[in-house]
Amino acid sequence: MKKWTVAAGSMVLAALGTFLVAGNAAANPYEKYAGSTIVVSWPALSHFRKAETLVQEFTDETGIEVEIDALQYLKLRDRQLLEMSKEEGEYDVVSWVVMWKGEYVAKGLLTPLSQMFTNGALVDPEYDIDDIADAYLQNGGVVGGKKGYMPGKSGGLYGVPFGAETSILAYRMDLLEQAGVAPPTTYDELRAALPVIKDKTGVGALTSRGKTGHQVTAGWLLHLAPLGGKIFDDAWNPVFNNAAGVEAAQIMREITQTGPTGIPSYGFSEASAAFLQGDAAMYIDTLKIAAMSRDPKLSKVDGKVGFALHPVGSRCGSETGGFAVGIPANSQHKEAAFLFIQYITSKAGDRRMVELGGDPVRMSTIAHFADQFAEYPVVLEQLPCADPDWRPLIPEWNELNIDVLGQALTQVITTDDPIQPIMDAAAEKARAIMEREGYYAWARYRE
Amino acid sequence: MAATASPPLPQPRRPRFSSRALTPYWFILPAVAVMAGGLVYPVLDALYLSFFDWKIATPFSKAENVGLANYVRMLADPDVRESLWVTLRFGFWTITIEMVLGVALALMLEKPIRGASVFRTIFILPLMVSPVVVGLIWRYLFDARIGWINYYLGLWFGFEPQVWLGVPDLAFFAIVLTDIWQWTPFIFIIVIAGLQALPSEVLEASRIDGANWWQQTFLVKLPMIRSILVIALLMRLIDVFRALEVMYIMTGGGPGRATELLSLHIYNRAFDAQLLGYASAIAVLLIVIVFGLSAAILAHGNPMNEKTDV
Repeated sequence: MKKWTVAAGSMVLAALGTFLVAGNAAANPYEKYAGSTIVVSWPALSHFRKAETLVQEFTDETGIEVEIDALQYLKLRDRQLLEMSKEEGEYDVVSWVVMWKGEYVAKGLLTPLSQMFTNGALVDPEYDIDDIADAYLQNGGVVGGKKGYMPGKSGGLYGVPFGAETSILAYRMDLLEQAGVAPPTTYDELRAALPVIKDKTGVGALTSRGKTGHQVTAGWLLHLAPLGGKIFDDAWNPVFNNAAGVEAAQIMREITQTGPTGIPSYGFSEASAAFLQGDAAMYIDTLKIAAMSRDPKLSKVDGKVGFALHPVGSRCGSETGGFAVGIPANSQHKEAAFLFIQYITSKAGDRRMVELGGDPVRMSTIAHFADQFAEYPVVLEQLPCADPDWRPLIPEWNELNIDVLGQALTQVITTDDPIQPIMDAAAEKARAIMEREGYYAWARYRE
Repeated sequence: MAATASPPLPQPRRPRFSSRALTPYWFILPAVAVMAGGLVYPVLDALYLSFFDWKIATPFSKAENVGLANYVRMLADPDVRESLWVTLRFGFWTITIEMVLGVALALMLEKPIRGASVFRTIFILPLMVSPVVVGLIWRYLFDARIGWINYYLGLWFGFEPQVWLGVPDLAFFAIVLTDIWQWTPFIFIIVIAGLQALPSEVLEASRIDGANWWQQTFLVKLPMIRSILVIALLMRLIDVFRALEVMYIMTGGGPGRATELLSLHIYNRAFDAQLLGYASAIAVLLIVIVFGLSAAILAHGNPMNEKTDV
């Protein structure tokens, strides 16, 4: 009898102990997932390389192991599509170029983050998603709003920006001074400055992406939005062959003629390198150039670079691009993946990214470091102009971007052919694709 | 005498499918099975897929059967014709120059001259380099801003920097040169092996008959290795239509479609535009073209015809 009493007492104590331990575990939201391993697919770009330190700190703090699969950024899509289309995928976190978000969601490959944000055990009350720059959040993470990719009431959140960006002007202060040119604030000033800088300094005026396909289209789109152009009107009719589109193409031709040698073969890396190695006086593209210009491994121009707003045409309109991170629908570790995303995009994580040499996505971080980095005040002023509709992030965009515009714009910058017919022919091809995909079905139905 | 005059006895008719007659087929069955699994199945699969409109990462069960629409579209597609034309031009220039250079190098180095083995090793080095690395090496050599080619052309000849990979004709020249650099050693190594296997008696006899170097080369040696040359030509021809990695790395098919070989065009259609069914239709066209060209070459010089015991 005594033995039974002792045994029963021991069991009660053990149960109590387990309960207490479980109570302690609940106090640490990470402990439940400690020891698990998540696999992250993201690009082999500067910001993400800097983030590897933050990832290690995440593992040290949470016990969640992270394996990173880093690929050249345009190669991510093939690999991610392959993994996410399996029943059980390898990836738990994927980082996408914002132009792929529509396709990923349309194919049912991503987890709606509302599933996570409704879980009180996972969400850090101090996360403050409203602090994330709205243009970045809408552009990178929201799908389903107006036109399917714009902010709107029907939109859902599928990703959080990480490595997001807008465009600014970076310029060599010494070269512009030598040329007697002020940093251009408008497109008229920019076009006037291009030949002057080239003639007076002997250095290429403005570097640009120009390689056939996505790269040359990205270069042209940077100028299309501020000049008042769009790819489609509200009824999905291609309108990029109007005056604004042709003018943007003409500017691309002038940039190629006055820029560093080889723009028609430049991707993002080559265009950036031309500026960072001192072969171009100006750079209009992602704000990531600022951090890169301070990196002695990449740059020969540290200390000589000034920053200004993206020049305006008929309106101000900078790009909204870069990357967002989300969770594949077939991930086997969704909660741990969410904790990872939350950690690297939290206020503390965002500030840590800046300390590591990366780029912030939160307004509070940009304001916090505004007096330490010359480009931050410019970025704060630029963000309200960031245009989430500067390119249509529909599932068909990749084909339009690479196969239609990417071909037409190569013809623009590598020949002297009249631009209007080139753009008209591209618009016809774009219309055929939209027709094929059924975008005009409702208009026909109503006729 | 009578015995010799008697008519031969009728031979017993051998059964048409005796186990002995089937024996060779049993021996080749494993090879045929591997071929069927590894080669014929993917081809048939590509053919099947070419009748559908299917996008990556969507269930195939949702793919729409479009019948011959992909083929109709392909035949009317100017981009496919342009890519095919680029491939044919690329094949003509690369194979012609590689055959001439490869044979010439083999003739130069077939003699046991001093240092021949060193030269032979050096000449076949490009063959050992992975195509991706070849693409990267030449991409940086041809780089307009930092490439060695522009640097030395400027230093030695005062040439202005050229945008080698950004101007259609120059980019085409660049990929032809790169292919020649990589694949001439292939022809060289095959031809030199053939030349060294030639029977010395025949060459000796031609010398005794008074043949000079030219006559010995063009009337004796090359005709005797004709079957080897045909095989080399055939393999290079197939390689040209399969070529992808180097152009993908160097130019991505650009500028425009100036260097977009048919295989790269198929890749771009399949993975950039996500038109898997359409890309499969073009792949079927590629198979038909390669099969047709191979058959034509073999019809004119099938080395197996010379083996009378086959």
